[in-house]
Amino acid sequence: MQVNFFTKGADCLVAKISGELDHHAAEKIRNETDTRIIRGRVRNLIFDFTDLNFMDSSGIGVVIGRYKLIRSCGGNIAIVTGNAGVNKLLTMSGIPGIIKIYPSLLDVPDVI
Amino acid sequence: MNCLTNVKNTNELRAEFMSKSENESFARMIVAAFVAPLDPTIEELSDIRTAVSEAVTNSIVHGYSEKKGCIYLECYSRDDEITIVVKDYGKGIADVAKAREPMFTTNPDMERSGMGFTVMETFMDSVDVESIVGVGTKVMMKRRIGKNRF
Repeated sequence: MQVNFFTKGADCLVAKISGELDHHAAEKIRNETDTRIIRGRVRNLIFDFTDLNFMDSSGIGVVIGRYKLIRSCGGNIAIVTGNAGVNKLLTMSGIPGIIKIYPSLLDVPDVI
Repeated sequence: MNCLTNVKNTNELRAEFMSKSENESFARMIVAAFVAPLDPTIEELSDIRTAVSEAVTNSIVHGYSEKKGCIYLECYSRDDEITIVVKDYGKGIADVAKAREPMFTTNPDMERSGMGFTVMETFMDSVDVESIVGVGTKVMMKRRIGKNRF
């Protein structure tokens, strides 16, 4: 698992996660993302799962945890994914009901 | 090996490994390799890997929590059906029915989503859980490969 960060626009942090997101990888993603949210002037967060080829329910925990943090600061969160397995898990967990999912980073509007 | 008849269409595998989170991906790899000869679709393979990941993570996080113990993974195939057993000798589950409820978690602070058993039940044909407090937990999951094929 690898996580890379970059910013999009003025205050949107993109966390691009590649490889596999399981319980083993979750802690690193959680710590590194939260450090950047708290330290930087981040309002919105995009999880870019384009290069993610596996996720289990530990990933759902990571997404919901960041959702609560970002929402408590008045921001919003979006997910980018094209992987069928990742999509299936997000859908069965009810994530699309609270977080918008886009097929590509290009499709995410400036205001999320 | 207990299957003397029809040996051609059966297979068995047993593995044991330490309850370290690094071994979650190892368990997924073992199961993927075991299932491969049955020619699963990408979706079937993904479902099975996810279910195994959930069961092994449960053993690491709940069964053994801070302690290190041994996790036993058994795979069986008979014709087009695979059976996967994940077993730990950890602390056990007091109320299995409660543990299987969606969103139930004993560790909300650790950001466990409480979806582990729900994922296993959704992605496999059947999931059986046997657990005794102070003794351990055994999860047995079955999935038929190619049931959507004509």
